[in-house]
Amino acid sequence: MSDALLEVRGLQVGYGGIHAVKGIDFHVAPGELVALIGSNGAGKTTALKSLAGLIAPAAGHIHYDGKSLTKIPAHLRVSLGIALVPEGRGVFARLSVAENLLMGAYSRCDQYEIDEDLARMYTLFPRLVERRDQLSGTLSGGEQQMLAMARALMSRPRLLMLDEPSMGLAPLMVKKIFETIQQVASQGMSILLVEQNARLALQVATRGYVMEGGAITLSGVSSELLGSDAVQRAYLGG
Amino acid sequence: MEIFLQQIINGLVQGSVYALVALGYTMVYGILGLINFAHGEVVMVGAMLALSALTAMIGWGLSPLLALPLSLILAMAGCMLLGYGIERIAYRPLRHAPRLAPLITAIGVSIVLQNLAMMIWGREYHAFPQLIANQSHHIAGAIINDIQIIIIIMALVIMLALMAVVHRTRLGRAMRAVAENQHAAQLMGVDVNRVISVTFMLGSALAAIAGLMVSVNYGLAHYYMGFLLGLKAFTAAVLGGIGNLRGAMLGGLLLGLIESLGAGYIGDLTGGFMGSQYQDVFAFFVLIAVLVFRPSGLLGERLAERA
Ligand SMILES: Nc1ncnc2c1ncn2[C@@H]1O[C@H](COP(=O)(O)OP(=O)(O)OP(=O)(O)O)[C@@H](O)[C@H]1O
Ligand SMILES: [Mg+2]
Repeated sequence: MSDALLEVRGLQVGYGGIHAVKGIDFHVAPGELVALIGSNGAGKTTALKSLAGLIAPAAGHIHYDGKSLTKIPAHLRVSLGIALVPEGRGVFARLSVAENLLMGAYSRCDQYEIDEDLARMYTLFPRLVERRDQLSGTLSGGEQQMLAMARALMSRPRLLMLDEPSMGLAPLMVKKIFETIQQVASQGMSILLVEQNARLALQVATRGYVMEGGAITLSGVSSELLGSDAVQRAYLGG
Repeated sequence: MEIFLQQIINGLVQGSVYALVALGYTMVYGILGLINFAHGEVVMVGAMLALSALTAMIGWGLSPLLALPLSLILAMAGCMLLGYGIERIAYRPLRHAPRLAPLITAIGVSIVLQNLAMMIWGREYHAFPQLIANQSHHIAGAIINDIQIIIIIMALVIMLALMAVVHRTRLGRAMRAVAENQHAAQLMGVDVNRVISVTFMLGSALAAIAGLMVSVNYGLAHYYMGFLLGLKAFTAAVLGGIGNLRGAMLGGLLLGLIESLGAGYIGDLTGGFMGSQYQDVFAFFVLIAVLVFRPSGLLGERLAERA
């Protein structure tokens, strides 16, 4: 396990008096797609935010690529290869699609390769091409989700964290987004996927963790979790 | 007709200055949602620094044509440092405090700066040395002089350059991203504090330029000059829609025109009862009217929503 890309031990995060994450352990190995599932208010978003550096943990260790992240501010974690597609997408509505993508490459300075990656994103998400000069706020929810993912990929992450990419999207769009996630994963990127849609998440993930009330209550290989009675009852409606 | 044209010229000159100062208010507001009421004092410090530098350099026998741009650069550098310091010391610790706290701090900073300036430069009006032969030109009965022409052109060039920075560069993109969503900007690798500092410094550099323009134009500088000028430029920013760069420029020019046309005709309008000394009243009429009838200003869409 010491060769994990991301290794989290005893992570606790709170807001003032509220303990949102109460000491969780998990890891993501290189090239692995790991799902973190749980119902509303379980603490999933809070955990991701602390991994990205947006909230300081109250206790615990976060090791990434063998190094402690604790003292590294959020804006420097990007260049280490950590990218978060936040809940609600966080697209810059008043920047154009192309400008949003360039923001994704903000911490890079290899102009030539940035241009190449831009072209790759437009192939991966063809819907963004014809909208590249449009203000991002005018995109549909699904298009914004694509943009948010493409923008995160523009930083060339090694660990991509996605917070509820299916939220608020029509089934067809959800399907597309998840196909893209699988496609990206198949190219060897490590992915930590937070979802309320447990079935969908576990179908694409290799392993999963179930979070409840700020703690991890179950973990295992996806197929086992999908079959387990507890997950069936709580998240899969039967 | 001559009066009209003359007032338009005067209005454009004054409006250019308002626009430059209004940009400083609006940039900071756009990024932090904060009204930096100390900004007017930065204009004053810019004027005073330029005056001191200029006097010294002329004393050393430097040619005015060299001394003027050099002292402008010095004043800009000084004001950038000041703007950086104001944000660092007075506003950053209050970043997450209720909105009233930084507002009161801003007023405190203004008072401190005014008093410091009074201690350094004294209470008296300083005559700004007249350095270049300021030729007057007649157009259709109105008069415009070299200094006024330079002010208008310089302001225009600077505003175009600023727009280019904000809309065409990596830094400008980062500024707009931070204005919209600081967390998301951080996730892109943007050092939000650095961008905020740069924004204050840019605004302060513009303030220094405006300060020099006013004092060269009127031939005067004074430790108290930033107060009214700041308030009017703030009015201009609100008129155009605070947080909106184009709005600040439009608001500045409009306010300059309204003031100068108002001052030109107020005597006629009131049958000689009120004279042009009531000029200052117009700015505040405008402020009240905007706040009552169009609080978001002329070009103000609602700013990007932020949590
Ligand atoms: N900014 C905040 N201030 C105070 N409490 C918060 C804040 N954000 C989240 N919380 C609380 O922390 C707990 C965990 O919230 P979090 O958003 O991490 O849950 P989640 O698992 O992502 O839920 P969801 O699936 O609904 O997105 C909740 O009880 C929530 O009310
Ligand atoms: Mg959440």
